[in-house]
Amino acid sequence: MTRALTLIRRRLVGSIFVLLIVIIGTFLLLEAAPGDAVDAYIVSTGGDAGMIELLRHRWGLDQSELTRLANYLWALLHLDLGQSVTFSRPIREVIIERLPTTLLLMVSATALSFGLGSALGIYAGARPGSFRDRFLSIGSLALYAVPGFWLGLVLIVVFAVDLRWLPIGGIESLASDKTGFARAADIAVHLVLPVSALGFIYLALYLRMMRAGMAEAWRQDFVLAARARGLSRRRIVLAHVARNALLPLVTMLGLQSAQMLGGSVVIESVFAVPGLGRLAQEAVASRDTPLLLGIILTSAVLVIAINLAVDIAYAFLDPRVGASEAGA
Amino acid sequence: MSDISRRTLLSGSALLLASTAMPAIGWTQTPKKGGRLVLAADSEPRNLNPAIVASNGVFFISSKIVETLAEASFDGKDGLEPRLALSWEGAADGLSVTFKLREGVKWHDGKPFTSADVAFSALQIWKPLQNLGRTVFKDLASVDTPDDFTAVFKFAKPTPFQLIRNALPALSSVVPKHVYEVGKIEENPANNAPIGTGPFKFGEYKAGQYYKLTRNADYWGKDEPYLDEIIYQVLPDRTSAAAALEAEEIQLAAFSAVPLADLDRISKVPGLKVISKGYEGLTYQLVVEINHRRKELADVKVRQAIAHAIDKDFVVKTVFLGYAATATGPVPKNDPQFYTADVPTYPFDVAKANALLDEAGYGKADDGKRFALKLLPAPYFNETKQFGDYLRQALAAIGIDAEIVNNDAPAHIKAVYTDHAFDLAVGPPVFRGDPAISTTILVQSGIPDGVPFSNQGGYKNDALDALIAKASETLDTAARTDLYKEFQKEVAADLPLINVAEWSFISVARDTVGNIANNPRWAVSNWADTYLES
Repeated sequence: MTRALTLIRRRLVGSIFVLLIVIIGTFLLLEAAPGDAVDAYIVSTGGDAGMIELLRHRWGLDQSELTRLANYLWALLHLDLGQSVTFSRPIREVIIERLPTTLLLMVSATALSFGLGSALGIYAGARPGSFRDRFLSIGSLALYAVPGFWLGLVLIVVFAVDLRWLPIGGIESLASDKTGFARAADIAVHLVLPVSALGFIYLALYLRMMRAGMAEAWRQDFVLAARARGLSRRRIVLAHVARNALLPLVTMLGLQSAQMLGGSVVIESVFAVPGLGRLAQEAVASRDTPLLLGIILTSAVLVIAINLAVDIAYAFLDPRVGASEAGA
Repeated sequence: MSDISRRTLLSGSALLLASTAMPAIGWTQTPKKGGRLVLAADSEPRNLNPAIVASNGVFFISSKIVETLAEASFDGKDGLEPRLALSWEGAADGLSVTFKLREGVKWHDGKPFTSADVAFSALQIWKPLQNLGRTVFKDLASVDTPDDFTAVFKFAKPTPFQLIRNALPALSSVVPKHVYEVGKIEENPANNAPIGTGPFKFGEYKAGQYYKLTRNADYWGKDEPYLDEIIYQVLPDRTSAAAALEAEEIQLAAFSAVPLADLDRISKVPGLKVISKGYEGLTYQLVVEINHRRKELADVKVRQAIAHAIDKDFVVKTVFLGYAATATGPVPKNDPQFYTADVPTYPFDVAKANALLDEAGYGKADDGKRFALKLLPAPYFNETKQFGDYLRQALAAIGIDAEIVNNDAPAHIKAVYTDHAFDLAVGPPVFRGDPAISTTILVQSGIPDGVPFSNQGGYKNDALDALIAKASETLDTAARTDLYKEFQKEVAADLPLINVAEWSFISVARDTVGNIANNPRWAVSNWADTYLES
């Protein structure tokens, strides 16, 4: 237990620096992008010089970059994410509204790619070099090579337009007043396509990793010992080979969470899912710097937390890992 | 020759496509009551107050909730149809306009609508805050309200009645005084949940998902509205509107939410119709903006050469797939009041363009190039980007080496209108029914840096400036119209910018949607008479 606590403490200190770098980096990158929130706003409205000046003043864009960054960091110290210029609402509210949707999408897609990927990996790795191994490896690699938006569009055309089994997009039926279980079922139906599009892409990663890990494990002495003991093949595959190959997948799970967040930007747009990814895209397009900073900050905290959880889990799963970090 | 005949054929088929859609529009059946209309929305305006933000994106949703004094009409007098105002009359001296208002109209919160609301909207919002009103109503000094249903606009300087009249459909959204008189107008919660007098009430907005409008049972229009609900489903991806129509999840996609390239296919889907009518009052102009600070481009011969190098017919047929018209000058052909065809034209003629450039002293170098320039196509429409690619090739044919610079929308706005970091740009200005609203500003001199969709190319023509100034204070409608015809001639002759084509949007709807496209601003009108056959 103390080992985990030490790990958490060390990580938290490190995280603060990571977050600071992320904030300042994002801020500078957005400042370097030509045009500000007012330029983005007047694209659809036009306006005269007086109106533009008024808007810049109202949105605080007439202050220097340094002042704005300092103001932002100062507010952040008080846990205030500021006000979104495009939504004219507190950013905390806007993000909290969108976060659950993205989390639901991410968790479901991760469960799909991790669950199905490792299961198929075990199936393929149980007989390395067999036909099913080759078939699954090549098939999953092909999926991995497919761009997310394309896979999404194909799924829409087949399952929503032609077969009409599933809705083309959104997170739930529009203004349907469903509650409780009916609403949950409705959301689940809406999630099938986006989760498949996002999950199937990363499936290959887990499948191939599992398969490679198993191929490695087959050569280990303990497998030979298990065989010598006369255990059934099924038992050897599941309890000895697969179990050992599973560890690196857990690490991957943490790393993958950041990529999933990136992938969700595309998938959320294609499927009109009102999540954080789409919000980020809108924030960039409208040059809503504080909103984007808020989203990136939230994502960074999320990724750091997931990786910390993974490391803690790892420390328990494999005592060799935590010991060195905690003891150093 | 064969090329031309193929083009004519193509344009014929596009016309046919449009005309097959017409019968369903013109023949009014007895409208059915009830039903929920679901349609695609590709963007989510945050501020839904059309009195502050007069833009199509806002009108698309809020014109059903908040009404204007008058709406555009195909057959009404002066192209107008009464809404909150029943009549409007301008004084001969141009110093006042009297509106008689509709009686018995109620706001959505039950309070009565009166002339005080009109006075408040005009003086506190249109004039000081509205993107377009700040120009048109700049000389509005006061609004007298002798009784509850009369509003008299008083101007400090003579203001052409024709301009005020033409501005009514887009600029005169009336919001309730009792809601807006407390606190800052820009921060009023009603900006996000508008309260109006329209046939539909604001229901709810779920960010990233939908806007819901519900029937206003107390609406002043007899038996109207027919629909119970309107739902705007937010579909950010441009391909998804077509898919949603095919899957029967939505019944309407307006504002060309279905890309032009998909129209041919979608028009063959049973139960769907493609409609190119109903946007006559929202004409976009495809324009080559020119930076006259470049010495080559300051020479009118070079500008004429560029105009001759552009095959406008080809652009209409290829970029717009026939859903557009070639342009002759700064007023679109479909404008009933001001357009004149009697202007200098520049037929497609590469040899003549080359000769003009030689004449101007920009001969071809050994590599066949005369000079290089930067071309910035506006990113707002597929068509502006595609035309940028076409223009690059057209310029290459006359020895001008154009480098395309692609930006996203805010970056483009800044590069062209603030930094002037362009030689040529492709822009889509909007013609809003009167040249004084947003057209003369495209060529007029003396506009401060940073004003979008204005002359930021450093062009200065004293004769043209004088003409614009004179038209702005000419009260007689016929004389004013003549001045704008002269304006078109002068622009076409001196080419401060090059007008290439005019286009508007396309709607795709299910057969069951009735009374579509029955006015020139249909998509941004109030839809009180829109209905659904079950």
